[in-house]
Amino acid sequence: MTTTRSKPDTDMPSSKEKNNIWVFGDYRNYFRNRVTLQLISRARELAEKTGAKVCAVVFGHDLDEYVNEYIAHGAQIVYVMDDPSLKSYNVESYVHLMADLAGKYMPDILLIGATSFGREFAPRVAKRLSTGLTADCVGLEINDEKLLVQTAPAFGGNLLAKIITPNHKPQMATVRPGTFTEQPHDDTCTGEIVRVLLPESDNMPKNRIRVISSEYQPQRDKKLEDAAVVVCGGRGMGSKKKFKKLFDLARLTDGETGATRPVVYARWAGHETLVGQAGKNIRPQILFSFGISGAIQHTAAVNDSDFIIAVNKNPNAAMMKIADVAIVADANQFCSALIRELRKRLRD
Amino acid sequence: MLKLVVCIKQVPMVSELPWNSKTGTLRREMAEGMINPACKHALESALVLKQEHNCHITVITMGPPMAEEVLYEAIAMGADCGILLTDPRMAGADTLITSRTLAATIETRCPDFDLILCGCHTSDSETGQVGPQLAENMNIAGAAYIEHMELNGRTLRMKRVVDEFLETLEMDLPGLVTINTRTYIPRYVPLDGLQNAFEKQDIKLIDADELGIDPKTIGMKASPTRILDVYSPVEEKKNVVMKGAVKKMVDRLFDEYGDRISAAIGKDLKTHDHDEEQT
Ligand SMILES: Cc1cc2nc3c(=O)[nH]c(=O)nc-3n(C[C@H](O)[C@H](O)[C@H](O)COP(=O)(O)OP(=O)(O)OC[C@H]3O[C@@H](n4cnc5c(N)ncnc54)[C@H](O)[C@@H]3O)c2cc1C
Ligand SMILES: Nc1ncnc2c1ncn2[C@@H]1O[C@H](COP(=O)(O)O)[C@@H](O)[C@H]1O
Repeated sequence: MTTTRSKPDTDMPSSKEKNNIWVFGDYRNYFRNRVTLQLISRARELAEKTGAKVCAVVFGHDLDEYVNEYIAHGAQIVYVMDDPSLKSYNVESYVHLMADLAGKYMPDILLIGATSFGREFAPRVAKRLSTGLTADCVGLEINDEKLLVQTAPAFGGNLLAKIITPNHKPQMATVRPGTFTEQPHDDTCTGEIVRVLLPESDNMPKNRIRVISSEYQPQRDKKLEDAAVVVCGGRGMGSKKKFKKLFDLARLTDGETGATRPVVYARWAGHETLVGQAGKNIRPQILFSFGISGAIQHTAAVNDSDFIIAVNKNPNAAMMKIADVAIVADANQFCSALIRELRKRLRD
Repeated sequence: MLKLVVCIKQVPMVSELPWNSKTGTLRREMAEGMINPACKHALESALVLKQEHNCHITVITMGPPMAEEVLYEAIAMGADCGILLTDPRMAGADTLITSRTLAATIETRCPDFDLILCGCHTSDSETGQVGPQLAENMNIAGAAYIEHMELNGRTLRMKRVVDEFLETLEMDLPGLVTINTRTYIPRYVPLDGLQNAFEKQDIKLIDADELGIDPKTIGMKASPTRILDVYSPVEEKKNVVMKGAVKKMVDRLFDEYGDRISAAIGKDLKTHDHDEEQT
């Protein structure tokens, strides 16, 4: 059973509500954006070490659906601020509300998904609370001192840093979507819903940014950034016609196709496929890399891939050095052979 | 005249970073510096505004003395003057403290600014936090990841794509924007530009005392975050090299990594061609 409690915003939380782990409920693009559920799941694991409760905090209007989802995915308490005036995402008011709530309840940890919104929202909340914030964490652990150890990439993933926030609360981190795995939906999960009333309107900040228009522009169904398999090709594929094979391979592997800058400039593939400093960052479970030299502007965006299989005729190419498996071969021939073999092995 | 302030950071040129290949670590002290790429886009966007309106551009950087180079480069591109915040006590600041120090500088040195422009993130620390936190510090309107700007009087109209929403926003100046790297492709530095920039000498060096900031509020000591350890993730990689006939290598790939591939694509793969005949 889920219990509901309403409380005016002025109530001080009881001590048992302090020192918890909070996850910001980022529900926009809900079905594609699972980062909140992923964070709730990881927070539950962390909470085992600290004895904290995992709470989701959500602002907006008509939120019941999301509140129930968060509980079904592991949130033990959900703080809800539901009001028509919060209907659309707004950085300024959300920052105000979060800083206010977190200031009162003093969570131990506050986790926020590194969506575009989260990346703008989190640093502002951190500033209001005068605490530290680690961006784009790829790992979160609790150490022996019960501090949150945050692993974050630096230098385009060429280095990883372990960061703590020893003397400030909350310890804040943003985490990229896909870093952790959500718990399965479980309707038997219970949680407490705490409805927090919105501050009087004269206490709310005046919005200094006016939204003139906001159009939802869904990208392709499965985005390059989220793909579990990416097939990336470079100039070494040789021609537009040969490059097409990579689209076939991507289709076979339920993956996405990526490209380097020369490929995009030569129009072998569209700009949306560009992987690198000027394009997208990817972090697939497997990256196939064909005929790519491995310039830093490209590798910086692929370094977080779990497993890299690179094909290049030059064994000394930089891409071959960062690969888990470096295959010295003609990219085009190898691609054809791989497609043939996959077709065989996939056939029922 | 509109007063624009562009915050730029010097970062190591990673493509030419001296790596210690044995330990996989970066020998940062040997790296050459350059303007952080995203900051260049921010500067470019300021220069575009300057082409259309009457603007004065101040570039500010906090860093070691050698960071002065990026100010010269910015002036060569078209900025009017530069401020170098340099003080050993400022070193090691995290984003909270960096934004506070930059805010103190703007408040005292450019109090009548109209628009602050930042890059959307740096290539070394990669946080993207300094811009939004600077807006908080200054208590002004702020918008991140802007791709296009249009100024009408004192109203700035902006476009951006965030989380698959194409947004058109407006704010009244003064305000702050962080500029995305998708548009505002930086112009080249003209050859004689650097020479002129050096002759112009319009760069002020400021330390904490001149800034009038409490040394206890700057640098690593004041920063809430602590770095415990920095390491290279590449170290753990095995880097298996395969050579030989293509067909053999494909087979070997499936034999040794078939499970991995199958897990990633979410489909079962048959282990061997000849299994079929056996069963
Ligand atoms: C500011 C800036 C931003 C940039 N942003 C990006 C970015 O976002 N993304 C990006 O990708 N690049 C970017 N670049 C460009 C980048 O520096 C490289 O030039 C680019 O990544 C190289 O692409 P490539 O590997 O396809 O081509 P190349 O460097 O030409 O490499 C081709 C590779 O293919 C191999 N090869 C050739 N023939 C064969 C064959 N038959 N079989 C197998 N292998 C073969 C060669 O050995 C070589 O290693 C940027 C550059 C700058 C300056
Ligand atoms: N030391 C610095 N000096 C001046 N500007 C900075 C500094 N650090 C960060 N910035 C600005 O903040 C942006 C984002 O940086 P970061 O939050 O470090 O990724 C940069 O593109 C700069 O515009």
